[in-house]
Amino acid sequence: MNFSKKGLRLAGALLGTMLMGSVFAGCGGGNEAKSDEIKIGANFEMTGNVANYGNATLEGLKLAIKEANDAGGVNGKKISLVEVDNKSEASESVNAATKLISDDKVKLIVGPAVTANVIAESQVATDNKIPVLAPDATSPAVTVENGQVKDFIFRSCFIDPQQGDVMAKFAIDKLKAKTAVVYIDNSSDYSKSLGQVFKEKFEAAGGKVVMQEAFLQKDQDFKAALTKIKTANADVIFIPAYYEEVGKIVKQARELGITQPLLGTDGWDDFKVADIAGVDALNNTFFSTHYSDKDESVKAFIDAFTKEYNHAPNVFAALGYDAGKLLVDAIKRAGSDDPVKIKDAIAATKELQVGTGIITMDKNHNPIKQAVILENKGGDRVMVAKIMPEAE
Amino acid sequence: MNLVRRNDLVMLVFGLVLFAVLQGLMEEGIIGSFWKLNLMLIGINIIMSVSLNLINGYTGQFSLGHAGFMAVGAYVGVVLTTNFHLPFLAALLAGGAAAGLLGFLIGLPTLRLRGDYLAIATLGLGEIIRIVIMNIEYVGGAAGFRNIPHYTNFAWVFFVMLFALFFIKNFVNSSHGRACIAIRENEIAAEAMGVNTTKYKVMAFTIGAAFAGVAGGLFAHNYYIISPASFTFMQSFIFLIMVVLGGLGSITGGIAGAFFVTFISAALANWPEYRMIIFALLLILLMFYRPQGLFGYVEITNMGIFRKILKRGGAA
Amino acid sequence: MEFSQQLMQQLINGISLGSIYALIALGYTMIYGIIKLINFAHGDIYMVGAYIGFFAITQANVSIFPALLISMVVTGLLGMLVEKLAYKPLRHAPRISILITAIGVSFFLEYASMYFVSPTPRTFPEVMGNVAFHVGDLVINGQQLLILGITVVLMVILTYIVQRTKLGKAMRAASFDTETAQLMGVNADQVISFTFIIGSALAAVAGVLVGVYYNSIDPLMGIMPGLKAFVAAVLGGIGILPGAVVGGLVLGVIEALVSGFISSTFRDAAAFAILILVLLFKPSGLFGKNTNEKV
Repeated sequence: MNFSKKGLRLAGALLGTMLMGSVFAGCGGGNEAKSDEIKIGANFEMTGNVANYGNATLEGLKLAIKEANDAGGVNGKKISLVEVDNKSEASESVNAATKLISDDKVKLIVGPAVTANVIAESQVATDNKIPVLAPDATSPAVTVENGQVKDFIFRSCFIDPQQGDVMAKFAIDKLKAKTAVVYIDNSSDYSKSLGQVFKEKFEAAGGKVVMQEAFLQKDQDFKAALTKIKTANADVIFIPAYYEEVGKIVKQARELGITQPLLGTDGWDDFKVADIAGVDALNNTFFSTHYSDKDESVKAFIDAFTKEYNHAPNVFAALGYDAGKLLVDAIKRAGSDDPVKIKDAIAATKELQVGTGIITMDKNHNPIKQAVILENKGGDRVMVAKIMPEAE
Repeated sequence: MNLVRRNDLVMLVFGLVLFAVLQGLMEEGIIGSFWKLNLMLIGINIIMSVSLNLINGYTGQFSLGHAGFMAVGAYVGVVLTTNFHLPFLAALLAGGAAAGLLGFLIGLPTLRLRGDYLAIATLGLGEIIRIVIMNIEYVGGAAGFRNIPHYTNFAWVFFVMLFALFFIKNFVNSSHGRACIAIRENEIAAEAMGVNTTKYKVMAFTIGAAFAGVAGGLFAHNYYIISPASFTFMQSFIFLIMVVLGGLGSITGGIAGAFFVTFISAALANWPEYRMIIFALLLILLMFYRPQGLFGYVEITNMGIFRKILKRGGAA
Repeated sequence: MEFSQQLMQQLINGISLGSIYALIALGYTMIYGIIKLINFAHGDIYMVGAYIGFFAITQANVSIFPALLISMVVTGLLGMLVEKLAYKPLRHAPRISILITAIGVSFFLEYASMYFVSPTPRTFPEVMGNVAFHVGDLVINGQQLLILGITVVLMVILTYIVQRTKLGKAMRAASFDTETAQLMGVNADQVISFTFIIGSALAAVAGVLVGVYYNSIDPLMGIMPGLKAFVAAVLGGIGILPGAVVGGLVLGVIEALVSGFISSTFRDAAAFAILILVLLFKPSGLFGKNTNEKV
């Protein structure tokens, strides 16, 4: 039984290491915040399926915090960001939020990027009275569920119904479309809810959605479904999805001879789409987003971001930056780092200039924010419409 | 028989003391919410790894679809509690029964396959389960099932885990369990000795699946939301890693593996960019130095202090 | 488009998708054939191959064929290194420990790459002209034809190597019974190293071609194709080269037909379901021989 002795010793050694580790982790995390800093938690998708969205948002957020700290901090204190990975999974998002709240004692949580992961952490945050600011979760259910506004949950981007509505009207009014195909990412809440809104609004305005098709995140080959979509011969094809898949879809659609206008949403807002699809394939496509990069007021943000990271920001980075701006402003107005006061200050946000425009928080904790429609044309993006929403 | 019972009693007392200590530490706030959550996760993962160990370690059938059964138990459970307002225990049992039934129906034809072929078939079945759930709008599709009541607490996890451990331990030590081990050692010889191999393989598979379903129910009622993304084949890999790291064919090993993997993942939470890299390296290094897992076939009850107690029992 | 034409187009789509699975499956099946290891890291080797091709093209400014060669060499060596460092020490350990090590290597390659090249997808510059052939309403892409062509040529070359050369004979001997082969003077370590070099180089070819064809690569791109390639290899009969190619093509066609005529969201489920059905009726795959187990 020398075998078992060895096993026991090894197991003992491992257990010892782990206990040591837990003590260290406990010490590192359990520290009370230093009095000259305000701890903010960042719960993002840093590994796993949607890591590129989480990481991009985090880059934007970090820039906004850095700018605030360089300008002397907020209320005489520096903001320190505690980053935790949620592995792109809802249950891990709860773990991450719990860690931020109980171990790191953060005053506010920013993130995650994806709707489901924000919804997952909402209860923990609410139970502990810690506000959550979601930078890019656009589903209405994030802040309002069963007609109830969630007291501690906010977002800093516009919501799906707004975009779906804008694009449906654009298709009918400007493109004179009568029929449409809706091609959604079935693994994403964002895509599904936009597809549904578009269908409702498009049909309410007299159009007809003649076919609905779906794909899944990380798919490479879309030709089978596109071949089917081609047979529908619709006037427009609406593809509310994220840029990685969109680039491939546009490329493969054009290769199969689909020449109709392709419509999309803010998930398209990344220069990678043009890189993947190619400039020619991307002609005759339109998408709604938060800002036009030609807009003078966003130039400052784009320059600062490019200087910091050596690459241009995409829409996730821009929204992360907006969230950072919003929280800095809110903490300033709260005049304290008490989470409940910060929450009230976020709710009272009014006509705040952030990276991509001006936002005012409405009573449902959704910002009232402009939307623009851009056309991809010969490698350039041309603004074809700017829509200011009305307050509810 | 005397030996087994005495052993059970010692472990039961040990379990109760452990529970009292941990619960006390939690109530005193010495174990904070984050580590409390992780202790619960460890408990759930222990059920998963020990039940998978019954299939992979004791019966020698290479299953890679355990996350699928967990998903079945989780979804059946949350539908019953959220939409039909059934009590938690009933939902857990129904989830376990549904997963077990599915395990039985799937196991019957597929367990004829051997080795890697069985591995890929069960992996495929796990993925099929996940994809089917993803396409059922009634349970929220890919976006997930929301507004799940928060029923799971440390006591639930701990006592269900304790039950699972005792059940599986006693199953393994019964004549059924011996038949399973005979199949692992040599299927043809076992068959020749009159063991109904199909029956025992399916039995082990069904029990393993049922416990995975119960663990799924515990998991689901702890997180307010569940989505099919939590039950991918990657997750099945993680459960397999727990089993192999701890030791195939050892209940102690299953516990140690679940503890180790969950703990490492939580302890590295502050270093997200390195976490998976460190985890991967640890995995490879551990396999180098302990290819048979931390415990191999050995149980903690056969070691050190426990051996002394058992010796007395054995002599009697 | 009429139904028959749509069907034809879907078959074309399926074969082109399947030829990629086949290319990855070739390496998978070779490695399995020799050490009976499900090399879960194979999909990630394919990813690394794609990145090496990408950096060769963008940083060293070479054209596509030198880039392919560079990628094959570097990735081949990486494959050999992985085998030497991670699998060889465990050759006499239980098979499942090597499998776990393979999963560890897979995680390591994925997340080390993510650390070094960031999770953001990269796009290949235009390196290969693309022509589309139109036959009636049907569209056939030149790059698709190229990938299929390369797959078939590589399969023929490999089959020749395995069946007709001395190295191939050593491979088959080592695969059949490593110990006896060693007693007969086969240097099993060398043969296994060679197999990993060839298998990984094949994955590199697939990686670069996929990068050029789909024009987007990222550190997690290998997970699904790796799994699919394994399914393809099992479908065809694991360890058998033509089986891997046929398995890949069959899988691609099934996926295209399910996506085109049923629903894309059930595509993977259907692929797995057919795999399981094939295994139940022919447990060793389409091309495998049923062997009786010895007592």
